[in-house]
Amino acid sequence: MHGSELIVGPQHPALKEPASFRVHVDGEKILSLDLDISYNHRGIEKGMEQRTFEKNIYLVERICGICSHSHTTNFCKGIEEIMNLTIPRRAQYIRVIMAELERIHSHLLWLGVEGHGMGFDTLFMYTWRDRETVLDLMETISGGRISHAMNRLGGVRRDVDDATAKKVLQELKFLEGRADYYINLVKTEKTLAKRMKGVGILSKKMALELAAVGPTARGSGVKRDIRKDDPYAAYGEIPFKMITSDSCDVYGRNYVRVYELKESLDMVRYALENLPKGDLYAPIPDTVKAAEVVSRYEAPRGELFYYIRTNANNMIERAHVRTPTFANWLSVVEAMKGMHIADIPIIIAAIDPCMSCTSRTTIVDANDRKLGALSWEELEAYSIKWYKGRGIGWEK
Amino acid sequence: MNWLIEAFYIFFFPGFLFAIAYGFFMEWFDRKLYAKMQDRLGPPFLQPLADFIKLLSKEDIVPKAASKALFNYVPVLSLAFLLTAFLYIPIFSNSSPLGFNGDMILVLYLKTLPSILLFVGGWHSGNAFSSIGAYRELSMVFVYEVAFFAVILSPVLITGSWAFSDLAAYQQSNPWFFILQPIGFVVALMCLQAKLGRVPFDMPEAEAEIVGGPFTEYSGKKLALFRLCTNMTMVVGSALIAVVFLGGPSLLFDTSSLGWPAMHLLGFAAFLIKTLFVIFILSVVRSAFARIRIDQMVFFGWKWLGLLALLQIAATIILKMVGVF
Repeated sequence: MHGSELIVGPQHPALKEPASFRVHVDGEKILSLDLDISYNHRGIEKGMEQRTFEKNIYLVERICGICSHSHTTNFCKGIEEIMNLTIPRRAQYIRVIMAELERIHSHLLWLGVEGHGMGFDTLFMYTWRDRETVLDLMETISGGRISHAMNRLGGVRRDVDDATAKKVLQELKFLEGRADYYINLVKTEKTLAKRMKGVGILSKKMALELAAVGPTARGSGVKRDIRKDDPYAAYGEIPFKMITSDSCDVYGRNYVRVYELKESLDMVRYALENLPKGDLYAPIPDTVKAAEVVSRYEAPRGELFYYIRTNANNMIERAHVRTPTFANWLSVVEAMKGMHIADIPIIIAAIDPCMSCTSRTTIVDANDRKLGALSWEELEAYSIKWYKGRGIGWEK
Repeated sequence: MNWLIEAFYIFFFPGFLFAIAYGFFMEWFDRKLYAKMQDRLGPPFLQPLADFIKLLSKEDIVPKAASKALFNYVPVLSLAFLLTAFLYIPIFSNSSPLGFNGDMILVLYLKTLPSILLFVGGWHSGNAFSSIGAYRELSMVFVYEVAFFAVILSPVLITGSWAFSDLAAYQQSNPWFFILQPIGFVVALMCLQAKLGRVPFDMPEAEAEIVGGPFTEYSGKKLALFRLCTNMTMVVGSALIAVVFLGGPSLLFDTSSLGWPAMHLLGFAAFLIKTLFVIFILSVVRSAFARIRIDQMVFFGWKWLGLLALLQIAATIILKMVGVF
């Protein structure tokens, strides 16, 4: 089977969402990998231009089902920067509590998916059971398990009262026990180590060159964490360690995530115990000047990047979202070289891919049955045509 | 009258009908245990049967690229081999009525064929994932079958006969072979796990990697038959280990004074308990590990399973020369 091609996806049991991988294999060895990830375009960036800021919070929340709080916080952070607002400290702390609970939930979910990828279904069942506890906690605080709708411009919508704080602190004990269990499991379980050590090598140099983010970068020894590099919300005040690993393989990414479970639990505990008194939100101004802002946020999967440009009509003129998965795809291509077919699901899962957040554009021509991307000129011509068709002159 | 009894033996009890029913029970037992160990509820009692019937009623697709004849006959043939193998294993007394000197070899042979057939079926499915699964299956056959044959051989060195009846009779008056040959017992269990294609040795059908391996293109009735084959492998494999290492139908006390109905009933109960014990161990293994890679499996198989099997044989021969047995 010299140099044959194996097509994984867009429909494949290892993939929870559509993406396509053309894997060139020689027997069981992988020679190279081609990616095609644009199966899920939802037009959210365009949608953002047609909504008010408040409505946009609920739109961006739906970009991702797992890091919904990340998207709203990052969006609010950007708009608040344009508005020049000072957010009350209590709101900052509550945002951090939600963000870290979300990280725990995301990492537990990921650990299960990774376990399933290597046939360790018991791990999958255990982590997803424990994840329920986290989801229940988030429901207690915000009222929603997945879409929390916790943020508003200038602060948060709901308070964390003493009774809730007490309940959360109590449940944290159980989760801390589980986090210790998973750390121990990852460090001692032999078959896990066999599947993870030396698999999906991404050297520190390549991680920097390919601009990997989040646990993928930190698993390769790159000290990159927006919470430390560019502290937002209350991260400047809450003590935590940045976890990195020098093993540069799937094991390193795994190591970083299980230890981050522990760090996040500590941060939630600290934030709840030191919750400052004060308002939940700052009053927001009626009008916003035309401005542009770049907002960065450490989502569970890595750096979440928002570019927002507002106009004088209190609307968004252009918004761009770059999710961490998108930043990490190139590192998958690199990490896949020289590995075995059996490692494909593990290496893909190791960046914790979230396809529907990632896909941006694909052009489907219903008449020609053509599928693909457009060049910049084609796109420009197409948009002029689109606007003219609706009576909007490009020249004005 | 004799042929009537034989027909009953072959078709009803403990022949095909019992084997299939017990296979479904075993599947349920295994799935329930696995679920309990994962903190889940697990399937209801009749779920395996319901799954089977549902699969039978589903559309049966033969891919254009597949070689039709091979693709179609493989599931039927492997089921036939496994059901035949089951007839020769003693269930409630020391020997099966069809038993003869050499039945062990026949059972081992019939038990190996379905794996080869699975390779043939997968290879001729005309699908890349099937082909990968098929050659993984074949590379595994060469690893675990050698070790499995070797450890089944070492009790035979003591009894000096290729008949299940002699093995069972020997274990009635002596300690069971899992005490006499603990290494062989462990190796046999690991090989059975590999044979069944279960974690940590399920790379031929690893769904996250290669969809379903050789089963990828199979659907409807043929897939149902394949699932039945997996159940039958479980029955035949656990029965084989129960007879060879766990004393078969013999119990810890002498039952021959109780008269034949009680003796046979107790023997049958012993068979059920022992086979379910084997399945219990296999379930624990399945829930405690992650899947290893095929290259790691081949390495592990030759380094550990093969070596330990040879060690067991060497130990048996030396002990026999010294005069312990």
